[in-house]
Amino acid sequence: MSDVVERTLSALPGLLGQHDLGAGPGGGPGRFSATSRLGGLIRSITALSSKHEEEKLIQQEQTNLKATVSAPTTTLRLMKECMVRLIYCEMLGYESSFGYIHAIKLAQQGNLLEKRVGYLAVSLFLHENHELLLLLVNTVVKDLQSTNLVEVCMALTVVSQIFPREMIPAVLPLIEDKLQHSKEIIRRKAVQALYKFYLIAPNQVQHIHDKFRKALCDRDVGVMAASLHVYLQMIKKNASGYKDLTESFVTILKQVVGGKLPIDFNYHSVPAPWLQIQLLRILGLLGKDDPRTSELMYGVLDESLRRAEINHNITYGLKALTYVIQQDPNLALQHQMTIIECLDHPDPIIKRETLELLYRITNGQNVTVIVEKMLDYLRQSKEEYTIINLTGKIAELAEKYAPDNGWFIQTMNAVFSVGGDVMHPDIPNNFLRLLAEGFDDEKEDEQLRLYAVQSYLSLLEEEDTFYPQKFLQVMSWVLGEYSYLTNDGDPEVTITRLHRLLKQTFVTSETKAWIMTAITKMSSRLSCSKTVDKLIQEFSTSLDTCIRQYAFELKHLCENKELMKKLLPLDASCDEIMVDASLSFLDGFVAEGLSCGAAPYKPHHQRQEEKLSQEKALNFEPYGLSFTSSMSSSGFTGRQSPAGLSLGSDMSGNSAEIGQKETNCLKLDGVRKLWGKEGYLPKKENKTGKEDKTQPVPLDSILIGHVVDPPLMQSEQQVVSLSEEEKEKQQLASTLFVGLGSNSTMSLMGRADTINQKLKKKSKISESQNSEEASSFQNIATLPFSPLPDTTPNNKENFQGNEHLGLRKVSLSPSEVLETSVSFDTSQSLTEAGLDEKLSNCRLSTSSLFADRNIEVFQPPQNVPDIVASKAPLSLCLPEELAGHPHSEIVELCSCDILTVYSCKVWTDDCSLLVLFVANNSTSPLKTVNLVFESTEHFKIFESLSYHFPVIEAQSIERCQKCVQLEKVCTEGILSGSISYHLDTDTHLEFSLTFSLSDFIRPMKITTEDFGRLWLSFSNDVKQNINMSPSQGSLSIALNALKQKLKLHIVEIIGNEGIAACQLLPSIPCLLHCRTHARTLALWFRSSCSALPDSLLYQCQKMMAES
Amino acid sequence: MIKFFLMVNKQGQTRLSRYYEHVEIHKRTMLEAEVIKNCLSRSREQCSFIEYKDFKLVYRQYAALFIVVGISETENEMAVYELIHNFVEVLDRYFSRVSELDIMFNLDRVHIILDEMVLNGCIVETNKNRILAPLFVLDKMAES
Repeated sequence: MSDVVERTLSALPGLLGQHDLGAGPGGGPGRFSATSRLGGLIRSITALSSKHEEEKLIQQEQTNLKATVSAPTTTLRLMKECMVRLIYCEMLGYESSFGYIHAIKLAQQGNLLEKRVGYLAVSLFLHENHELLLLLVNTVVKDLQSTNLVEVCMALTVVSQIFPREMIPAVLPLIEDKLQHSKEIIRRKAVQALYKFYLIAPNQVQHIHDKFRKALCDRDVGVMAASLHVYLQMIKKNASGYKDLTESFVTILKQVVGGKLPIDFNYHSVPAPWLQIQLLRILGLLGKDDPRTSELMYGVLDESLRRAEINHNITYGLKALTYVIQQDPNLALQHQMTIIECLDHPDPIIKRETLELLYRITNGQNVTVIVEKMLDYLRQSKEEYTIINLTGKIAELAEKYAPDNGWFIQTMNAVFSVGGDVMHPDIPNNFLRLLAEGFDDEKEDEQLRLYAVQSYLSLLEEEDTFYPQKFLQVMSWVLGEYSYLTNDGDPEVTITRLHRLLKQTFVTSETKAWIMTAITKMSSRLSCSKTVDKLIQEFSTSLDTCIRQYAFELKHLCENKELMKKLLPLDASCDEIMVDASLSFLDGFVAEGLSCGAAPYKPHHQRQEEKLSQEKALNFEPYGLSFTSSMSSSGFTGRQSPAGLSLGSDMSGNSAEIGQKETNCLKLDGVRKLWGKEGYLPKKENKTGKEDKTQPVPLDSILIGHVVDPPLMQSEQQVVSLSEEEKEKQQLASTLFVGLGSNSTMSLMGRADTINQKLKKKSKISESQNSEEASSFQNIATLPFSPLPDTTPNNKENFQGNEHLGLRKVSLSPSEVLETSVSFDTSQSLTEAGLDEKLSNCRLSTSSLFADRNIEVFQPPQNVPDIVASKAPLSLCLPEELAGHPHSEIVELCSCDILTVYSCKVWTDDCSLLVLFVANNSTSPLKTVNLVFESTEHFKIFESLSYHFPVIEAQSIERCQKCVQLEKVCTEGILSGSISYHLDTDTHLEFSLTFSLSDFIRPMKITTEDFGRLWLSFSNDVKQNINMSPSQGSLSIALNALKQKLKLHIVEIIGNEGIAACQLLPSIPCLLHCRTHARTLALWFRSSCSALPDSLLYQCQKMMAES
Repeated sequence: MIKFFLMVNKQGQTRLSRYYEHVEIHKRTMLEAEVIKNCLSRSREQCSFIEYKDFKLVYRQYAALFIVVGISETENEMAVYELIHNFVEVLDRYFSRVSELDIMFNLDRVHIILDEMVLNGCIVETNKNRILAPLFVLDKMAES
């Protein structure tokens, strides 16, 4: 057909001018009446060659039209033609508002076709809120009452296109009557008009929902189809209200699919495809997350799929296939040849989709081919987003499924060199961690490292080759750390190659620092090296202070080989390092200074404070000076430069900051701290978490995908004769789709495949950590030869604000190290804290600075915001280690015949635990019960979003606990999830529970001095006056009330002023200063997190209002 | 949800435009120019769907004439792709071998046909007989 159309259309140019096609209207569809004025306009338009000409033409036309439409002698027939000309003017972009009123007049006065054109012009010219639209209402009302069906039709059409909302009551009864009309077209159009009303004013049609049901059951297909639009909208809003109609929709679909409709509903021999799609959409909404309703549909869906028209627009098919494959990988097998074709498709959009699909079906057997395809595409793409996206995927696949060391390193090399400096920083981080931590097999580890070293050495062999900075950094770290593994290579050669890099102009100074570090590490294993000597000489005069510093350090270390060896042990990047936080080794130096008459050191802010607070009262009004900028910026210094580890080097250049840091260190006197490897080698087990985030595919998209599947390529066996090319493709297919059979394990989005994960990182740290945090892996490089014993309290960054919510990794740089922030009661060593962590399996590995064990035991919040549900059976109880903590009541979350889920919140000192009990009510054991939480922006769940119960015995209860953290500050949020199990059929239960901010607030015990210091450092503040009721009386009563409910720690109360402190878990502090005056309570919050003060204030207001 | 329905020729001249969401007149010309530029930049081998701004374009080319439909993220591309062809088939039946000039000289009728098929951005009728019935009645009445 389309050929015919195309031929006719292409014959066009010749037609024009050749004929005087003046048949005009009347003889059926009017052929071209080139003689009329409209004809003239059209001819002029087709002859246009420039925008300027067009402007002139239309202006002329508009002048003519203006005269014509306002002339009293103009006939309706001419007016109709004028309207079409006006439509042309507007279509070309020239507003012709002078004609709008005439369009309305024409609709009013015209006869049939003229009237229709009048209505058409109105619907094209006016918008929903146009004032002239009101003038149309009378005409519509008249036409609706007309005995001429054509007029009724027109009126209904225009109402369903455009109608003033406020005038709906004027026509609504008339239209409702039309629902009983004997003609299907009238009934159908009436339903369409009501649909329009539903869209613009749903309340006005609420009373006719029953009539929609009648329309759904109408004997005519068209009327029924029209009602589906209304139902789709209503079901979108409230699916549960229409579940009873599921069977009706299924029956309708069955009839449509079964070919029960009149033959003219077929489109290219498919029975009413659009109607099918509409029905599938509705069924998709109804069946979503509702297995019982879905079951009703399976039969007909199967039928629809079987009969589905095979179609050919590839991307769409691919998209659908990508969705489908997430559900069942075997489906990809049927379409493998299509997918292969798509891989070589010239359209980049299609190629990208294909790779996306391949990524989903990757497994241990096909990984090499798929990654190769992805690398090919990666090398061609210029677009940054694509590169970031693809490098991430390749690295993930490589890490998961690498068949051997060589391949893994080669692939990562490709990723690093192409991904360059745009790729996600996690990729090099993870890679290095993987190398450092290794697997359980020590021999294997060594081989991997050795391979990496050899591969980098050969890469560096060539001179003047450009590599991205990140890649060079990775190389230098690996060479520095593991180059001793090569027996054959002369370390001198390696050092020479690195040295050569140092002189390259494209190497940034950050990378140079990495290289210097690597050289330092290597030279510790050499008795003497000419290159190193040369290097020291060369760079001791470098203009780059950082490099110069390194050169000096290296020089000094080379002079003392014993010390150097001690500082830089072999393969110790994962070893723990003891750090003397107190700087006690400086005590002698300090004592000497003091004895020589030096004044004891006071930190900058202390001096500041002394100056400011000469008067001893609690004065919080304007302090003016704030250290926020220095505090927050310093946190990052170390991350940007690995050069930070130099003794005494003043990297920050901010004397105030240094001063501050030093006192804090001194205050820590005598405290030994040990920081664990989790500090600098963050463990990331977010794989599962990430995968879990995959949204469940909406049912309708899958279904529709099925309806219009891409063409099925003939399967291998059926192809009799194969061209060479085809053979190649098939071979490719067999390598790509290997392992996709039903028995093989598959890595799908949404499923963590642990068995296949060859390079799965060894779990050295049992606690998982916040994946948000990129480790500052620059610091790893500098770590093993730290020239001074470092103090790095791995919590100090907690002050740095909300970005670092989670567990802060230790990052090593003196600027940070010294900045031990404000010291609190740190009598407890972190070692103990670490032990505690191991005891509670769900606890985070962070040891909070505030976790000083003195936290008051607070009352559970009064308003337990759980879903009100029946009380749990008495047999449920918390395990001993948790029962001691304050906790909520155990309530039922959701239940079905087979199982019941109960929940309980436990508020421990340093986290909020959600304990879920799953009770098996049936008499048979339940296998593979999966609990999955939906990821939300507000909450973070450790360690993963899911939990798997391998088996729950009959009549027994299993328990799982998850630590919940508030990721994004909010006053209240809903955490939802689902539990699924298999017993005869797959069943899926949903639940949700509410967490409020107060679930995550803990008291923070600090002294008044600390409070003062902290107060100065926070910039985010919120002030608000609240009226107190007489019953709330004095400040202390009000504060105590807040203490009870908000879990504040009251620091001090003096007269009518008070200060209190609390922290948002894990450790974002928030301070409150309040003052009463007459009947108002002035609250003033400050925090390092911008959103926290607002939310806390809101809670306070709520509580004050309640009490 | 269909946002607009356009017929534009290769020279970028609009032959028909119907918007289902209000768009200012001067913005329409700009949008149409961009849309056709987008379609023209694609070869025949490339797929007929383009992601454009916050919506999608579905287009088909008939000789020198492009039919481009702007649809929302949730609309089914294939449904619209076939709708375009159905529309052309309807025109072809009505004009018996439709040409660009047919469309130009009978812009009102083409609009009436389209109004039968798409209302408020929804596909409301796809049965060719039913789409054309009201127009045939009008023509017959005009004749007598």
